[in-house]
Amino acid sequence: MSDEVTAEILTTHILDLAGQGKRLDGRSADEYRPVSVEPGFVVTADGSALVRIGDTSVLSGIKLEPGKPFPDTPNAGVLTTNAELIPLSSPVFEPGPPQPGAIEVSRVVDRAIRAAETIDLTRLCVTPGEKSWVCYVDIHVLDHGGNLIDASLLAALGALAHATVPAKRFGIAEADYPLEVHHYPIECTFVRLGEAIVVDPTFDEERAAQGRITVATDETGRIVAMQKGLVGAFSPDDVKAVVERAFAHGDRLRRLARGVEA
Amino acid sequence: MGSVGAKEVPVLLSPEGLRIDGRRVNELRPIRITAGPLKHADGSAFVEWGQNKVMAAVYGPREVHPRHLQQNTKAVIQCKYNMAAFSVDERKRPGLDRRSQEISKVIAEAFDSVVFAEEFPRTSIDVYIEVLQANAGTRCAGLVAASVALADAGIPMADLLPAVAVGKAGGAIILDLKKEEDNFGEADLPMALVPQSGRLVLLQMEGHMTREELSTALDLGVQGCRQVYEVMKQALRDRYAVAAEPGAVA
Repeated sequence: MSDEVTAEILTTHILDLAGQGKRLDGRSADEYRPVSVEPGFVVTADGSALVRIGDTSVLSGIKLEPGKPFPDTPNAGVLTTNAELIPLSSPVFEPGPPQPGAIEVSRVVDRAIRAAETIDLTRLCVTPGEKSWVCYVDIHVLDHGGNLIDASLLAALGALAHATVPAKRFGIAEADYPLEVHHYPIECTFVRLGEAIVVDPTFDEERAAQGRITVATDETGRIVAMQKGLVGAFSPDDVKAVVERAFAHGDRLRRLARGVEA
Repeated sequence: MGSVGAKEVPVLLSPEGLRIDGRRVNELRPIRITAGPLKHADGSAFVEWGQNKVMAAVYGPREVHPRHLQQNTKAVIQCKYNMAAFSVDERKRPGLDRRSQEISKVIAEAFDSVVFAEEFPRTSIDVYIEVLQANAGTRCAGLVAASVALADAGIPMADLLPAVAVGKAGGAIILDLKKEEDNFGEADLPMALVPQSGRLVLLQMEGHMTREELSTALDLGVQGCRQVYEVMKQALRDRYAVAAEPGAVA
């Protein structure tokens, strides 16, 4: 009972503050929380990264295994993205098969990685039509403090950028070699709070939100994926404004994912 | 990263009595425990134990889901042990498997033996264990993490539950098996101890041992648990000593 009452009171408060141009944690509308990317967190993975955005914490691990290419893309490897919103990370997640929320995170992250041609899938083909690498991107949310989409893609990208193809281990080549990352897509998420549109929402802001929008950009100036979520609406002008903001934040976050000082 | 093809049996015990990683038979791997690393759980703990990395979180006492598990006289303790897909050499398919379900059950029962569940009737105490990086002994590392997380959540208990696996490899009874010793050794025996009473609340065994060996193994395990117990208590002291300082952020 008390949870729902507090949520209601908090939502009203967050919306009141937004009307005065303020946020609960004192940030401005266009201010992102502190971000850190820690590559190589898990040695059993072929690549991994632990990402923190404020008190949100997401771990991604890459596994590469030999498999079969899809019949319609015989010359390409296979990329699979899976996000687990495990009940360890939040009181709102329950055990069981992936819920629509987890599937949305997986798919939005997957779209950005794929559309940006982050990795060249043709280079993951071993024998056309018969043998190729399957690249699994697994995303494990550890602490849910909001904005899981941005954190998940950043973790996935951090993991991919530091991944090794275990070719020697599987007897496919003489030596392991780095997985080449060609592009760096970054997702940037905003929520509407009344007339304000704020970047990098916290858990409480997402619960108060009247619409959420995510824009993925890459380093070449392309927009590679978008997703509007939650109940609420944005005008075309809102979208254009948000895209400009996404590019600005993207440049900074991209440097973190690549391991270059921001 | 281990090899996938034909497995060569490594030398598990040198003539000098040293193990594959240079430890003596009665030596634990290095253990580091952090109490309360997660901000959204009621209690949490992160355990790095040799090459294992395990996170545990506790929620509750809270409403019981599913409702039909509710008990009128006590809290139900529900445990979910899960391995991340990337935590092992060969990717583990996400989702429930029989091994995880069995481990979850015996861990929940171990905690039910020490938690004062009758103080919270009609509620659930939910314990989540996530193995992020595995190298043998994950159920013990998970149990230790969960025990510290329960304490961090302020759940009243008779005692903390240290745990360790003992086993047999290269003909010797050894403490705290690592992966090669688990894979190629002769026996594996995970256990959890209630230090105050000296009783075991988790005990499993796989492999073969004589009764004399078992007796040695049990004694060695109890000794190992008592060492782990000290690390657990220190983690809680570290966490709350910091929180008690003026101006510190808990």
